[in-house]
Amino acid sequence: MSSTVATNTSRFAADLRDSTSPSRKLRDKLFLTGLWVATLIGVLTLFFLVLSTLLKGYTRLNLSLITNFPSPFPEDAGIQAAIFGSIWVVVTSGVVSLFIALGSAIYLEEFASQSSRFNRLISINIQTLAGVPSIVFGILGLAFVARGWLGWGFTVGTASAVLTMMVLPVMIVSAREALKAVPSSLREGSYALGATKWQAISKQVLPAAIPGIATGSILGVSRALGESAPLILLGALAYVSSNPSGLSSDYTVLPLVIMKYTQEAQDEFRAVGAAAIIVLLLLLVSLNLLAIVIRDRSRKSW
Amino acid sequence: MVENMNKVMDAGVSSAAPTSDTVRGVSLRTDNAQAGSAGLPAQEMIMESRDLQVHYGDYLAVRNVNLQIHRNEITALIGPSGCGKSTIIRCFNRMNDLIPSAKVGGTVLYRGIDLYGPEANAGEVRRRIGMVFQKPNPFPKSIYDNVAFGPRVNGKPSKSETDELVETSLKRAALWEEVKDRLKQPAFSLSGGQQQRLCIARALAVDPDVLLMDEPCSALDPIATGRIEDLMHEIKGQYPIVIVTHNMQQAARVSDRTAFFNTEVDADATRPTGVLVEYDATRKIFSTPSDPRTEQYITGRMG
Repeated sequence: MSSTVATNTSRFAADLRDSTSPSRKLRDKLFLTGLWVATLIGVLTLFFLVLSTLLKGYTRLNLSLITNFPSPFPEDAGIQAAIFGSIWVVVTSGVVSLFIALGSAIYLEEFASQSSRFNRLISINIQTLAGVPSIVFGILGLAFVARGWLGWGFTVGTASAVLTMMVLPVMIVSAREALKAVPSSLREGSYALGATKWQAISKQVLPAAIPGIATGSILGVSRALGESAPLILLGALAYVSSNPSGLSSDYTVLPLVIMKYTQEAQDEFRAVGAAAIIVLLLLLVSLNLLAIVIRDRSRKSW
Repeated sequence: MVENMNKVMDAGVSSAAPTSDTVRGVSLRTDNAQAGSAGLPAQEMIMESRDLQVHYGDYLAVRNVNLQIHRNEITALIGPSGCGKSTIIRCFNRMNDLIPSAKVGGTVLYRGIDLYGPEANAGEVRRRIGMVFQKPNPFPKSIYDNVAFGPRVNGKPSKSETDELVETSLKRAALWEEVKDRLKQPAFSLSGGQQQRLCIARALAVDPDVLLMDEPCSALDPIATGRIEDLMHEIKGQYPIVIVTHNMQQAARVSDRTAFFNTEVDADATRPTGVLVEYDATRKIFSTPSDPRTEQYITGRMG
């Protein structure tokens, strides 16, 4: 009797032993190494880029960089006009596109009939626009906003309008996703208490979608902050020695100041360019951090 | 619209009583006399469906449902999956309006007024006929704001009125003692059973006339279920309750009347359609049902 139990035990023990073949283990390791290498390539590239930029620009990373305006002398040259230009352009286009994107996303997600052909056409159109190269928006802005029909010239207003057009599709798509992620039990719960459609949307659905909408919008805004191609066509590549004072002012933006300084022959000017890159990176990182903070603070579980 | 509806509804109360008896005589499988013989006292009828049927697109999901909901009673809807119980209960407060493909035929009368008629506003219907869902669905807000949401969307109560409403609603839902010290905490900090009682409190806060419950205990453990069932007994005098349940023991425990639904494949259809097989006093359904299909179901030989 006891011997049967013993043999049984040893048989089960044999079943628990690792029977994975060595070649399978090797493949496991190779796969894991592959994943590590892929991750490292991204991280290391960024690290060396930032490091080499810092090394080139650290001499100019001082207060005069952000207090001074452009100058023929590299040691006096600063980027304040570009910083303020970027802020003007990005804030105006961000605010305008946020409201338009919210409106269209709410309409398309909550009101529009999902089976209507017209609405599906609009959706496909928006998704396509999100993939259009930014230079195309620049050409559009040059033809219809700066010149032609609107004739706003090379101003902050023109740049904001074009960046709005460029950022809108991305923002609409992400706001729609955020609204779609709100569970329908929230809508049902509101309706069951006698709420109207607008009450259900404004008091329950929108507040629940804010984290998603905010994240998407801030990512859209950071795209606008780093954008250069359409603004080259719209007069931002100029020598601007004053901060914008309104929508009709001349302007320049950080990416184009970087482009201008890094093309200069003198090392001292290129140092200003490198320092400006660091400033732009800092702005982008802080925008992304803001997105993360908003997302985490209002994260909800249901 | 709200005032209008009130007038119509007040008119409905007085006119419903004299006409209701003839209505019962014509369209019912089980009239009041039969129910009375099963030991239920005669009660005023609050809601009634006549030849109610629902299509989803071309598919007839449930047909020819004639049900009466009475004051002071709990009515249970039982039957196998897919027999249209939830579809029917969602017709009673026009929640099916939210499904674009759903098409409701027949009539649902609430105190003599057609819920799908031109005088009825869906929001006002839902305020008077409250609903509790299968899965507890508190809003991602504080306990207080969850209860206060209904009163707020239906008017502008003052701070003290809201405070009072929140307290009485939570007391009616037997949740006050557990949450009175943490009203400002998120509703999701509550347990599943507490969340469901919060949803009941939320529904009671708009002072409905009828309470619909769509499998309110299917996501809860037996203890939480017991508390909800006790609660249903406590409030049924104030709010007639219609409950959909998968659990026959629950139907037998809590309800005064039971409607048994089943599925049938109609001659010209490919998918089964729900039908109301039998509607009677719960005691009769579970002891001496008149339809053999009901007997098969309650004895566990079907479904």
